[in-house]
Amino acid sequence: MTKQLKQLGAAAFLALASSGSRAAGAIDGAVAKRDLNWHAIIMFFVFVAFTLGITYWAARRTRSAKDFYAAGGGITGFQNGLAIAGDYMSAASFLGISAMVFDKGYDGLIYSIGFLVGWPVITFLVAERLRNLGKYTFADVASYRLSQTPVRTFAATGTLVVVALYLIAQMVGAGKLIQLLFGMDYMYAVIMVGILMVMYVMFGGMLATTWVQIIKAVLLLSGATFMAFMVLKHSGFSFENMFSQAVAVKQAAAAAAAQKAAVAAEVAASAVASKAPNASAAVASAEAASKAAVAAAKVNIMAPGGLVSNPIDAISLGLALMFGTAGLPHILMRFFTVKDAREARKSVFFATGFIGYFYILTFIIGFGAITLVATNPEFKAAAGGLIGGSNMAAVHLSKAVGGDFFLGFISAVAFATILAVVAGLTLSGASAVSHDLYASVIKKGKANEADEIRVSKMTTMGLGVVAILLGILFEKQNIAFMVGLAFSIAASANFPVLFLSMFWKGLTTRGAVIGGSIGLISAVVLIILGPAVWEVTLGHPKGSAPFAYSNPAIFSMTLAFFFTWLVSILDNSQQAQEERARFLPQFIRSMTGIGAEGASKH
Amino acid sequence: MDEALIERIQQNPKFKELVHKKGGFSWMLAIVMLVIYYGFILVIAFSPKTLGTPLSEGSITTVGIPVGLLVIISAFVVTGIYVRRANSEFDRLTQEVVEEAKQ
Repeated sequence: MTKQLKQLGAAAFLALASSGSRAAGAIDGAVAKRDLNWHAIIMFFVFVAFTLGITYWAARRTRSAKDFYAAGGGITGFQNGLAIAGDYMSAASFLGISAMVFDKGYDGLIYSIGFLVGWPVITFLVAERLRNLGKYTFADVASYRLSQTPVRTFAATGTLVVVALYLIAQMVGAGKLIQLLFGMDYMYAVIMVGILMVMYVMFGGMLATTWVQIIKAVLLLSGATFMAFMVLKHSGFSFENMFSQAVAVKQAAAAAAAQKAAVAAEVAASAVASKAPNASAAVASAEAASKAAVAAAKVNIMAPGGLVSNPIDAISLGLALMFGTAGLPHILMRFFTVKDAREARKSVFFATGFIGYFYILTFIIGFGAITLVATNPEFKAAAGGLIGGSNMAAVHLSKAVGGDFFLGFISAVAFATILAVVAGLTLSGASAVSHDLYASVIKKGKANEADEIRVSKMTTMGLGVVAILLGILFEKQNIAFMVGLAFSIAASANFPVLFLSMFWKGLTTRGAVIGGSIGLISAVVLIILGPAVWEVTLGHPKGSAPFAYSNPAIFSMTLAFFFTWLVSILDNSQQAQEERARFLPQFIRSMTGIGAEGASKH
Repeated sequence: MDEALIERIQQNPKFKELVHKKGGFSWMLAIVMLVIYYGFILVIAFSPKTLGTPLSEGSITTVGIPVGLLVIISAFVVTGIYVRRANSEFDRLTQEVVEEAKQ
């Protein structure tokens, strides 16, 4: 039982890893290189050429800091909704969730629901206030009435940690995916991703980054719609048919496994009876076969399986997904690209719609892959299972329903997805350095705009180099936990401070910095002590992890909120009094938008 | 924002109405969403068989499928309900508060 719980935890982590805009977890371990896939390569280069054209167009419109960080505030709610959805529909959530549905059926749906339900809460509580109070980064909001230097330093640290962990995971995921899809060398793939992302951000700023994301979102939604349509067409547009075909495939697989186990048991029995020298090996293989048969028989793709049966991990995962999203710097940044609070609110509405639609499509795609891919010997590896693993289910399905040309299209879109996501991450990291650290902390708000932009471009270059180096360095590492870490840090460090700064008058600088830091540190420590790092990465025996849960959010978030509250109420300094007094004007601005940043005119 | 402006907005009954209505409505919908989601998670955690029941006698489709889809759709619908009311009623109130503050 405990072992099963551990697996649940590990699976939860993989799911976290594949959530939102990240390509970790889904594509871990060694990947065999394939032959060059020319359709995909040509289509990918068409995409790159087109997006570089957009970058050129955007570069001519990007002059002020507001243009660079926030696309001049001129993105519409609909466009921003697509861009946010694009940040969420990563290669990993496309490939990872359809793979999970392919393997486990219903459990995949449970995960996608977890990724979606945070959005309404963000609309109701965060989006508008954020837009009314902030300028370019969420630190603008967190430090609005608090002491600039400590709060911005803390927020920039939180941002950079989250961005760095994500970037590594994305780079490693990108390298492996490209190796798999295009047959290109890992190192070249990582370098190419690094160079392209730097070009988008450095020359085109937020405007290019947003449009790259929008284009990719449209391509991915169209591709996935076509696949889901073909799957439904195959089953005569009847969900009942689609499900019953898939269940039949799974039952046939379970029957085959049972057959194999029976044969292996017979071989073992006769080997033992005749005291053959290979008897113990035969017994072992019979045991393995029977275990596989039991596992295959247990899979019920139409009902919740074992993934979320531990309530603490389930709730903790839910918290991390819901509130981690509201603490991810590259997502929060998108709310500053629209004109006002009204557009910010609309953008979440559209984003929720697109993301929900996308997850319904991946569910259909996963089921389609069971009937159309799992039964086709063309996609089977010699050892059983799919070529490239379950994560390739959606890619194989694209070939099954649309031939080589459509396979090329989906592969190119998967790569484009990674590019779009890393560009957003880089921009958010660069703005934390230039806007929060350089302009506000070092220059005390007196930096001139040209210098600030120059610093962010230099940081973009720096982040590009670091991302490439770390991507190469971490090639062989299990990177799944990094994304889990990033998510938990976002939920435990960034979110409590951001939330309390907007909703609680009593928050003081001391409370924010100490409470937020406790959230950050406890999230890191609990993840290292948890099964995903302690057992899987550090190689300690199974069941030895000092912290039993894979997801620390329920504990680390509570700690962060508690200490932020405690330190704040105990803080009776003169400064704390003034900070509380500034809550009222902040509250009025957050409600009415008086004094909020407008859009720049072009 | 100067002191007088803040004072004027704070005293404006329309501002109080906005704070009361918008705050209450946002929190209510947030709680609705949390109840839907955590209700779903708790059913999965404590009674997974419920969702595995066939939809009707002999059907392969289980209760879990429409329930899962409904949770996804509810997220969209609840957001839509908020946006609709915020775009009309709350934005109008905000507009009035801002205009009255300028006088």
